Amino acid sequence: MTGAVLVLGATSAIAKATASAFAEKGHPLFLAGRDTEELHRIASDIQVRHQVEVKYGSFDAEKHQEHAVFLQHAVREMDGLDGVFLAFGDLGDHQKAIDDFTVAERIIDRNFTGACSILHHSANYFEEKGAGFIIGISSVAGDRGRQSNYVYGAAKGALSLYLQGLRNRLFPKGIKVITIKPGFVDTAMTFGLPGMFLVASPEYVGKKIVKAVTKSRDIVYVPWFWKVIMMIIKSIPERLFKRLKL
Amino acid sequence: MSLRVKPKIPLSGWGNYPISHSDVVRPERFSQLNQLEGCTIPRGLGRSYGDASLNGDHRVVLMERLNRMLAFDEKTGILRAEAGVTFEEILDVFVPRGWFLPVTPGTKHVTLGGSIACDVHGKNHHHDGSLGAHIKEMEIVLADGTVGLCSPKKHPELFWATIGGMGLTGIISEAALQLIPIETTFMVVQHHPTKDLDDTLAVLGDSKIDDKYSVAWIDCLASGKSMGRSIVMNGHHAQPGEISLKKQELLLLPKKSQHSIPCNFPSWVLNPLTVKAFNTFYYKWESSKKEPFLIDYDHYFYPLDSIAHWNRLYGKRGFVQYQFVIPSKNASEGLKVILDELVQSKRGSFLAVLKRFGAEGKGLLSFPREGYTLALDLPISDGLFPFLDHLDELVLKYEGRIYLAKDARMKPETFRAMYPRYSGWQKVKGAVDPGDKFNSDLSRRLGLEGKR
Repeated sequence: MTGAVLVLGATSAIAKATASAFAEKGHPLFLAGRDTEELHRIASDIQVRHQVEVKYGSFDAEKHQEHAVFLQHAVREMDGLDGVFLAFGDLGDHQKAIDDFTVAERIIDRNFTGACSILHHSANYFEEKGAGFIIGISSVAGDRGRQSNYVYGAAKGALSLYLQGLRNRLFPKGIKVITIKPGFVDTAMTFGLPGMFLVASPEYVGKKIVKAVTKSRDIVYVPWFWKVIMMIIKSIPERLFKRLKL
Repeated sequence: MSLRVKPKIPLSGWGNYPISHSDVVRPERFSQLNQLEGCTIPRGLGRSYGDASLNGDHRVVLMERLNRMLAFDEKTGILRAEAGVTFEEILDVFVPRGWFLPVTPGTKHVTLGGSIACDVHGKNHHHDGSLGAHIKEMEIVLADGTVGLCSPKKHPELFWATIGGMGLTGIISEAALQLIPIETTFMVVQHHPTKDLDDTLAVLGDSKIDDKYSVAWIDCLASGKSMGRSIVMNGHHAQPGEISLKKQELLLLPKKSQHSIPCNFPSWVLNPLTVKAFNTFYYKWESSKKEPFLIDYDHYFYPLDSIAHWNRLYGKRGFVQYQFVIPSKNASEGLKVILDELVQSKRGSFLAVLKRFGAEGKGLLSFPREGYTLALDLPISDGLFPFLDHLDELVLKYEGRIYLAKDARMKPETFRAMYPRYSGWQKVKGAVDPGDKFNSDLSRRLGLEGKR
């Protein structure tokens, strides 16, 4: 099926690349985010390159009370949705988050609570429709709590669990729920950060995400070798891990 | 959304000389172009050869992610896009729809903004001029943060100071480019081998042999009676009638073959003996193609793009590209003298290209002017720079000039003598960038600054 896909957090590099990959396959798109000027540019670009219908609208992950109305709006605009792709998130400043809980609260809202809110409404929509897919971008950071970014990690870990629960609930209804766990990706989020390695391009990630839908996958580490890396990380006994400075 | 800075990143042009360490930012949103403080230069894909997109100790803005195509008018063929879009992307999207670039340099891995800033030319300058002639309008983020819209009719002084202006008038953010219609992805090409320089100039200037695209590969190591022998390669876009292919195959994108030079080669690989051997073989091989033949556009326009990192053939020391133009009236003598010097010095390279230029455009610092242009690669070795200074004097003597997009070592006095429109450019620069916000290693080396 090549029906409309709702892209949440469409101004991020991964979202743009994935949206392009969907458009290349003929999916019309609804792009959502806070920066409507940027959304307009991205929409124009995809329309020129791939000649599919692309609409856009304002969406703020932190404004939970607006999510239900927003989703109805997107559904109406696109005459129904085939999929919802959740690509918003915020790495945040971990040091600031430790010093000031309001910063930590925002990281949790932008990566988890806000995600749950829109996923809640999306799940109900697809359940009633009887078909569709949900993709959520989590992170390898959510696989284990580490001293260097546990607030973001916890939020992403929680998101992985929520998506897992949704997968379980929606599977009998024929609705796919896919968790994407990228490692390091070359985007504005990681540009200039020290200690990066095995960095993937947003285009590579975008292609893998679209493939994951076609192949009805569940949890996808992108690139694949992060699954091995995280298996090793997760296998380190807590007694030892708590002494490390990862 | 604030921009994170990558501090002190080593950057260079395509010649891998010089190398400069600068703070680098890479905006992903258009609105971030207003967040740039301090001395700045924009950079595309870094395919200029020298220091045009370097800014040691200051800031370089990587424009590659501001690459959105904003609108395309099917009737007029005008594409409006952000400056970071590459020629490769434009071709991939529009060739299958029957459109081509009006002017293209020898690589498709360049950005629209960078190409405008260098006012690039191609194999069709003698008919179609340089890229600047095909830009309908541009938007430029100026030093004071405002966005200036300019075109040949609106603020023409800013327009023509930016075309060929090496990024020094502001950051080109968007441009409207006129594409040309094509009906197939193929080119009909005819080779004409020549026996010496005068023969080459005669063939390049012969309107009966001429075609839309014309270029001569010149054997710059051939000496004596053969000095200046070349293969002139003329071509045009194939019409459907010239090809025996099904209609739906006419506009299919060619498969791009890709090899790669994996690492910097040691400096002895490209030496006078190996280069002379290559040149002799290449001349015989290409001369043997006597009849017109078909070739896809990718191989005709971008033969070197199929070898990724070909600049590594020149090793860690890197190389310098030397490109100049000499007016037709002095071309025969001037080119003979310069070629002779090259042959004597044994510094020649396998990559030497001669083209005919048509009339000068309106870009104040643009390179092309009526005459003949020779472009060569020269590996960096001892004595090269004084030798090039000497060649500069010869170019000046024959009333020619050097291409800034290729230059890495010219002196400021030489530049001023070669570019008489510089004082006009200075007035515009002084008006739009009084604080010299936009600066580069090239502008500092050549002393390019606004009139105070």
